[in-house]
Parts: sequence; structure tokens; C-alpha cells
Amino acid sequence: MWNKKREEEPPKPLAPPAARPAPPPAAAPVPVAPTSFEPKKEATPVSSMPVGRIEPEARGSATIGKAVKVVGQIYSREDLFVDGDLEGTVEAMEHKLTIGPNGTVHAGVKAREVVVLGTIQGDVEATDKIEIRKDAKLVGNIKTARIIIEDGAYFKGSIDIVKPEPKAQPKPAAPAASAPAAQPVHAGAGTPEVKR
Amino acid sequence: MVSFKNLLRGSRGQNGPPSGPGKSSSGVRGRAQNEPETVAARQSRGLEEFFAHIRDLSGLTILDLGGATQQNVSFITNLGHKLYSEDFLQILSETFGVKDTVDQSNPGQIEYFLRQALDYPQGHFDGVLIWDSLEYLAPALLNAVVERLNKIVKPKSYMLAFFHSDDKLETVPYYTFRIQEVNTLQVASRGARRPAQLFNNRSLEKLFGKFESVKFFLTRERLREIIIKA
Repeated sequence: MWNKKREEEPPKPLAPPAARPAPPPAAAPVPVAPTSFEPKKEATPVSSMPVGRIEPEARGSATIGKAVKVVGQIYSREDLFVDGDLEGTVEAMEHKLTIGPNGTVHAGVKAREVVVLGTIQGDVEATDKIEIRKDAKLVGNIKTARIIIEDGAYFKGSIDIVKPEPKAQPKPAAPAASAPAAQPVHAGAGTPEVKR
Repeated sequence: MVSFKNLLRGSRGQNGPPSGPGKSSSGVRGRAQNEPETVAARQSRGLEEFFAHIRDLSGLTILDLGGATQQNVSFITNLGHKLYSEDFLQILSETFGVKDTVDQSNPGQIEYFLRQALDYPQGHFDGVLIWDSLEYLAPALLNAVVERLNKIVKPKSYMLAFFHSDDKLETVPYYTFRIQEVNTLQVASRGARRPAQLFNNRSLEKLFGKFESVKFFLTRERLREIIIKA
């Protein structure tokens, strides 16, 4: 009975393992203060969204899905998409923070760029720019370099435009021949010390 | 773009008085969400006068009671000022409803409204853009609001307010005022509301009696622009 023999074979995978999409490179974790979680949640970003339905802004960024509530402090070293509830503080100083249409944030927010489609109640500091989209709601004080407010957005609070400080241009190295020979050179001059 | 006069005429509604403002997801809005926005540009002597006092200064604190718009935010902040934004009429509608002005004499409700809309320290602002938001306040609430405004502005600061001058109007359009230039406004209709009371020059002088001066600019569109000096 050749049919019986075939049944005994272990089922083959539909696609060879090599065809599986490789997992994304280890994303920088978003540390969440473990002190006041309600209920206890994983320390890594959690998404409740099906992959196919993730908003365009969410691609390539850590996501807090719309069925997730986080209470605590979030420090992100990658772009962050928040579509759930968040209480506490959020810092993504070098990155973009997007509050999705279902997102409700009761927190102080600091990021390079902030895009609001949902609700924020708290002060916002965006070093580059903030966008408040139509039907979004922001109650709090804003400190930013640029602001975009769409018609239909609700905003209550103050707006402080802070022009970014121009980055110091490195001086072109003077040709060795033209350098004065007898100038005293102080230790450390011209090589800024970076304090960490 | 339509003329402001036509916009005003259209807003009076020849097919009967306009129904009350519709509701949007974020609260009360004057315009149905899919209704096209009607926009007109107009000159404003009052705005020109207001900016004449603040344009050469920087670092002032300005309060805009008309809600946040990109144009106003950009214009004010580009002058180097800090802008505070309140959507006064939205808070009014959320507190008292759109049509019912009975509660506007309730002291508890008035206090709640002031906390929501004008909860600022004494002498905080160098200028206030009131626009047309005072027209929809019943006398008790209006007096309380004007008293609070007098408290939160600095001495010698200026406020800009608009009032319709046609005392036969039953409903008046209300607008979003967007600053285009120091003397030009882009006016977008948000719908129509029944004013709680109508004013003439004398009643306005009395209303702002505690302020140092009131200056009137009567426009061709029967809109009275006034500059109030604290």
C-alpha cells in the first residue's frame, strides 16, 4: 500500500525555509519603565494590528497598537507609532513620533518630529517640526522649530517657535605653508572636547 | 473666492434661517464636514491698527481666541511673538450648547467656562485677537468674559474684536479669520449662529468701560471692527 507509506511521511512545509521573510534586523528596544504597568506588559513594543493594516507611517517604526495601554516612561531610539493609550512621558529625541488616529497620549512628549492624528494632552517639544493633522486634538504647550496645523485640527495651548541653532561649520584646514610658524598653540585649541 | 459682502448675504440664508451648526467628531463645528468651505478676502483697518502696535516689537505674548490656523500661527510667530490659541466658540458650545443661552447666566457655569477658556495669570498677554467671539455671549457671561480679559492683559495692550452692526439680523455668520497680511484677512465661513445680543457703539463703549479707550472702524460689510486699549 504505497498510499499508506506516504501518510507516514512528515508533512513538508509549503515553502522552503529559505523562502521565509527574514526577520527584520534587531530593532532598538524601546525601554519602558517597569514600575507602573497596568496590566503588566512586555517591555518591547507590542502591536495588535495585522501586518497588512499598519498605517504607512507605522512601517519601519516601533508600534504601540490600538489595544495596548502603556503607563510609564518611553525612551525610543527609533521612530515610534502610537495608536493605543499612553500615560507618562515619551522621548524619541532623534526620531519621529506619530500618534495614530486611535492614539491617546496623556504625556509630555519630546521628539525630533511629531505627527498627531489622534489626541495628545501634554506639552510637546519637537526639535524639527510638529504636524497637527485634520481631526487631531492637542491640548498643551508646543515648543518647536516648525509647525503645520491642518484645518479641522483642534489646538489649545501656546506655541513657541524655537529656531534651531546653526551648526558650527568646521573651519577649512589652512595650508601648512601659510600657517604662522611662531604662533603659540594651546593644548586642546581647535579640538572641541566632547563631554559625555 | 467670493466677496465678503456676498458671503455675508449668503450666510443670512434666503431659504429661511440657517440651522444650527453641525457637530463634528471633535465637537461642535459650524460647517458640515463635507460642505465646501466659503472663503473671501477682505481688508481690515482694525487688524492694521492692531499690528501697528505690535509689529515692531518681538517676544510679545498674543492670545488668539479664534482657534489655531496655520496662517495665524505662522504670521504671529514669524513676527517673533509667542502665540496662545483658544477655540473660544468651540468651548462655548461645549459648555453651554449651541442654541441655548439660558445657562449663560448661571454663575457656576460661567466660572467653569472661564476656567476652560481664559484661565491665565494676571497681565499675561500683550495682545488679544478676539475676532467675533463675543457676539454670542449673553450679558452675564459677556460681562464676566470682558472682566477676565481686562485682568489677563497687560496695561497698554491692545485687543481686536468684531461685531455685526445690523441690529435686524436674526442669525449672523461666524467665521474663521486667517491673517494674510497686516491689513488683509482671509475669512472662512464656519456657519451661522444667533447672537445673544446685538450692539451699537454706545453699548460697546459701555461694555469696555474699564479699558482705556475703544476705537471703531465701520466697514462696508456692516461689520464693526474695534480696537480696545487696556
